[in-house]
Amino acid sequence: MRDAVGAVQSVLVLGGGSEIAQAIVDRLVGGRCRTVVLGARDITALSPVAARWQAAGATVDSFAFDALDPASHQAAVDAAFDAHGDIDMAIIAFGVLGDQATFDADPVAAADAARANYVGAVSASLAVASRFRTQGHGTLLVLSSVAGVRARADNYVYGSTKAGLDAFAQGLGDALVGTGSRVVVVRPGFVHGRMTEGMQPAPFATTPDKVADAVVAGLAKGREVIWAPAVLAPVFTVMRNLPRGVWRRVSAR
Amino acid sequence: MPPTPPEPAAVLARPHTAELTGWGRTAPTASDVRRPTSATELQRALPNGSPRGLLARGLGRGYGDCAQNSGGTVVETTDVDAFTIHDADPASDTVLVTAEAGASIDRLLHALVPQGLFVPVTPGTRYVTVGGAIAADIHGKNHHRKGSWCQHVTSLHLQLADGEVVEIGPDRDPELFWATAGGMGLTGVVLDATFACPRIGSSRLLVDTDRAADLDEVLELMASGDHAYDYSVAWIDLMAGGRATGRSVLTRGRFATAEEAAPAAGPDPYAYSAGVLASAPPFVPDGLLNKLTVRAFNELWFRKAPVRRRDELQTIPTFFHPLDMVGGWNRIYGPQGFLQWQFVIPFGAEATLRRIIEELSASGCTSFLAVLKAFGEADPAPLSFPAPGWTLALDIPAGVRGLGPLLDRLDELVVAEGGRVYLAKDSRVRPELVPQMYPRLDEWRAVRNRVDPQRRIRSDLSRRLGL
Repeated sequence: MRDAVGAVQSVLVLGGGSEIAQAIVDRLVGGRCRTVVLGARDITALSPVAARWQAAGATVDSFAFDALDPASHQAAVDAAFDAHGDIDMAIIAFGVLGDQATFDADPVAAADAARANYVGAVSASLAVASRFRTQGHGTLLVLSSVAGVRARADNYVYGSTKAGLDAFAQGLGDALVGTGSRVVVVRPGFVHGRMTEGMQPAPFATTPDKVADAVVAGLAKGREVIWAPAVLAPVFTVMRNLPRGVWRRVSAR
Repeated sequence: MPPTPPEPAAVLARPHTAELTGWGRTAPTASDVRRPTSATELQRALPNGSPRGLLARGLGRGYGDCAQNSGGTVVETTDVDAFTIHDADPASDTVLVTAEAGASIDRLLHALVPQGLFVPVTPGTRYVTVGGAIAADIHGKNHHRKGSWCQHVTSLHLQLADGEVVEIGPDRDPELFWATAGGMGLTGVVLDATFACPRIGSSRLLVDTDRAADLDEVLELMASGDHAYDYSVAWIDLMAGGRATGRSVLTRGRFATAEEAAPAAGPDPYAYSAGVLASAPPFVPDGLLNKLTVRAFNELWFRKAPVRRRDELQTIPTFFHPLDMVGGWNRIYGPQGFLQWQFVIPFGAEATLRRIIEELSASGCTSFLAVLKAFGEADPAPLSFPAPGWTLALDIPAGVRGLGPLLDRLDELVVAEGGRVYLAKDSRVRPELVPQMYPRLDEWRAVRNRVDPQRRIRSDLSRRLGL
């Protein structure tokens, strides 16, 4: 169960390879969390983190999860819930950033990114939400991005998938009011990590650890949207309202 | 124009899904909520509970998740509230009362006080039910003399998980009776209980007030003088630091005789009225209670208390239930809610008590007045909270940064002294500590396994702590 200060006892991560999700789980396991269930494309790559959490006293279980196969999502999520009892928190963490130039040349690759980031997240989130409704509680943490707040010329495929995901997550959160469950949308800025290796950082660049700290603080405070770093909330309020021409110049890299 | 809301009775009579929280308004979960209107209907609930179990709930004054059952059934007993005051020998000290589980102390007092009777134990609110009083084995200002609620219960009817109704008491299946006392509602559904109510000479109390400049002084006053009073409690200012650490206002008293009460009470020594004078607004923004406002409030409150006053006549609501005068006062903590942390540590652990108070004071947590009391002897219940020692209870807004780790650290100090936290208030204790705090937990589990092997009765508290 989630407690009065936002700590949870069990977590399901879909996209277990995500560095941000792993940093969040590090903190959850440092608190009350004793059950970690990981769904990932390549579960063998997760053994080091799994060992770390086991050493900290958690039970860690993992299963193969394919974001691109929505038909498999409900069964995979059901199996995780059935095997571990109540899941207090689920993190939708899978997604690909991709490279806009590649997408421009390969529309199918772009569509695959959209299928993973948006379509897959929709089916996975709904699968979790139906179990949350049954158990009467649960927090769905959705990793969105500031890239979805306003699409940029140099990553609009990724940005648009996050825009769709963000809108979906907000709507789902509103639909879940009264069910004991809730959705928390996380909007990080540029995050240094595997996904962004070799890229030039954007202003207010952050790290998975800092994003995770912001998430834990936001959960304790009962936030529905968590910006990381927090300054991006006012920054993007301005960015969202800039005239197109100005935005094009500001966002050009 | 907003749509007319349907009649409450019509809505509540049928099951509906609703989010519930405890009094602290944290961690809501959804349940199938039923509100039976008769004892017969109440008994029908258990056999028809959901796969995620069933739990009885009273007035929801438990602070944390003890009266929630996420995804399962919650039976609100508050409409099953009939009670009988039995005939008694006028020379006897007490009179037996049989009340259904949903009867509140508030309702009981309106009937008892005019007849010269009081409840054996009352907590700081009168909005608790008889069922809840048993489930939490509640205590009050008279614990040092009279113990907790269940020590005054002579018998009760408990519906077990399989639907069977049993009558139990201290001399009738005492094992199950004491597992039910303080058992957080997990041994069965209490249907009704019979308990002994003391006679009182009037509806007024003769109250002595002492202002103590620091912790040492208040502990000394309580240790040396509590035995002379029926009721005793100190309000302590946790925002004060330095030399003022632990400054307190100690109020102690007893019921006045009719003659003593006459100047204040007028012709009817048993006149009793208790109501809600004001209500907290329905929505309060975050941060209304901040360091400045709370510090100012505590300062004012301390200064307005007399340094020493004797034999002041006070009414029952003023002395016992001051917070009940503000309806829904739990809302002043804003949408994030708050939690209450209450622990007891044995006499002799005063140094640890001081350290805890210093840490709380230094943490800058905004805490209104906390309550400090010396407990008397424990009863035989394995999960009952009170034990001989000092108990401190304080409210803290839930969103405070670092609150979880701070309280975890303080819990360790409590456990190291052989102390414990109160499950009826808990919303965050580390589950691994519970068997240390309640060393007889396995004894309690054995009884619960006997009466509910399939875990048909469950709560969010039992899930969170793995009871």
